[in-house]
Amino acid sequence: MIEFQAVTKQYPDGTVAVDDLHLTVDDGQLTVFVGPSGCGKTTSLRMINRMIDPTSGTILLDGKDIREQDPPLLRRGIGYVIQHAGLFPHRTVLDNVATVPLLTGASRRAARSKAGELLELVGLPAGMGRRYPSQLSGGQQQRVGVARALAADPPVLLMDEPFSAVDPIVRDDLQQQLLRLQSELGKTIVFVTHDIDEAIKLGDRVAVFRVGGVLAQYDTPSALLARPADDFVSAFVGRDRGYRALGFLTANGIPVGPVATVSTGTAAGVARDKLADGWAVLVDGTNTPLGWLSDTQLSTVDSAKELAAADATSGGSLFEVDATAGGTAGSLRNALDAALSSPAALGIAVDSSGAVVGSVTADTVLSALADARRSGEVPA
Amino acid sequence: MNVDWPWPWLSRNVDTITEATGQHLYLALLPVLLGLVVSLLLGWAAARWSTVRAILIPLTGVLYTIPSLALITLVPLLLGTLIVDPLNVQVPLAIYTIALLVRSVTDALAAVPGDVTAAATAMGFRPLHRFVAVELPLAIPVIIAGLRVAMVSAMSLASVGALIGIGGLGGLITEGFKRNNAVEMVAAIVLIVVLALIIDALLLLVGRLITPWTKAQRQPASSGVAK
Repeated sequence: MIEFQAVTKQYPDGTVAVDDLHLTVDDGQLTVFVGPSGCGKTTSLRMINRMIDPTSGTILLDGKDIREQDPPLLRRGIGYVIQHAGLFPHRTVLDNVATVPLLTGASRRAARSKAGELLELVGLPAGMGRRYPSQLSGGQQQRVGVARALAADPPVLLMDEPFSAVDPIVRDDLQQQLLRLQSELGKTIVFVTHDIDEAIKLGDRVAVFRVGGVLAQYDTPSALLARPADDFVSAFVGRDRGYRALGFLTANGIPVGPVATVSTGTAAGVARDKLADGWAVLVDGTNTPLGWLSDTQLSTVDSAKELAAADATSGGSLFEVDATAGGTAGSLRNALDAALSSPAALGIAVDSSGAVVGSVTADTVLSALADARRSGEVPA
Repeated sequence: MNVDWPWPWLSRNVDTITEATGQHLYLALLPVLLGLVVSLLLGWAAARWSTVRAILIPLTGVLYTIPSLALITLVPLLLGTLIVDPLNVQVPLAIYTIALLVRSVTDALAAVPGDVTAAATAMGFRPLHRFVAVELPLAIPVIIAGLRVAMVSAMSLASVGALIGIGGLGGLITEGFKRNNAVEMVAAIVLIVVLALIIDALLLLVGRLITPWTKAQRQPASSGVAK
């Protein structure tokens, strides 16, 4: 547990970076500090491992005042992941990961073997350990950064905007991986970002800071979206917060309707008769959706032509529903997005293997939301 | 000028040439190595404290502009050494090395990326350990580049010592000039150049061997491994 008690950081020029912060970070939880630049989120993070010392106030780590500990020793027990990874360019990937175990006195051999395991844990091939950081992509470097922070198995992990310098697709991968790692390892993680979407996606709890180092709200992501404490938080979480809040409601139980499907290789003339309301999903041999076929489009194709992926209109996100187990359905947000982004106004529902099982409409999502409101699952 | 066929003179004077070469290396190399050590300490201080930097960098620039002959003749007055003491050449050479290298070392240390040093601190390195294990290795390529310039200048400047009677290969040049012996002069000049080239090549090689990561930076591996 990390406790900030009346922590203030004021610089000699009078700037107040953090103003009387009271906050408790619970064990085994991923807590996100989010806010615009100059809000003191990074300063607050760096005070935990004494990269910065507060002007006044106390920070307790597991009940002990961190000022009573020697900074280097304190830091060896706290993992740290930095933006751009901050890998040592002159050390191989494996030796980078082995850094903290070596500092704490592990043998080179033990440290390297542990480092190899960690590379695997973050999804990098063992052979990559022999390379130098400059030979890796930004996303790979960031994975190595995470492995390095985990190497000494610290109970606490500090992550300072770790994913903000990589492209959106890689960032999404890294976020998924962090959530997976966290579900396996159950570390106490403090994660700093300026991206409210990232905060809501990753955080068990989110602390929103405003400029001047004042904590504006500290809450669960769904509560933050549903009940922003004031205008600042409301503006910061953004205009789409009603839509984003749907991400916290599971779509279990929303009705999955039928959808017309046509296999690749079917003649266009035959396919035309299978359309429902002018649309059908083109699927491959394993029933994986390839795109939409429309009445208007098929009328331009020769009736005898065997249909292939190129004949379908792509578009529409997929809504994953586990039809057999009924358990791991996506959120209402996934379902609504699938329906809204589909050219046919029908969201394609797929099972966990990616095969088409049916369709969802925006209407069904909205009535599910109404039901959730009535049952009190969503605060009105 | 009397140009003898070179080999008879050379073969008669192998011992003299060998001794002069040895002394030349002693005159030139020792101060450069000493200057390197001092520059590392000063460069570390300059990279750490901006006031030290603000004083050191202009000061070393001024030092380098003092003419070598003036410095060599001033040293005995300042240090109280005998006029033919090798220190009279070595101290100025060490000063020139420091003048050249302090700037290289300071710049090289300042160029170590901030997120790398921040990461090292956050991992739990103590300041001295961080300097030796992270900052210094990353500064090596720039320091070696500076060291090559300092070494080659020292090889050539060491011959100025001959003007005040200190040996080395410069001694052969002045002696050859007095005796009207072109072979002796040319042999000494060629030796100085060849030694300088060999030392330069060795520094380049050693620099590459101790910084294997720079090779990886020059030739990024093809992205054969999946993300």
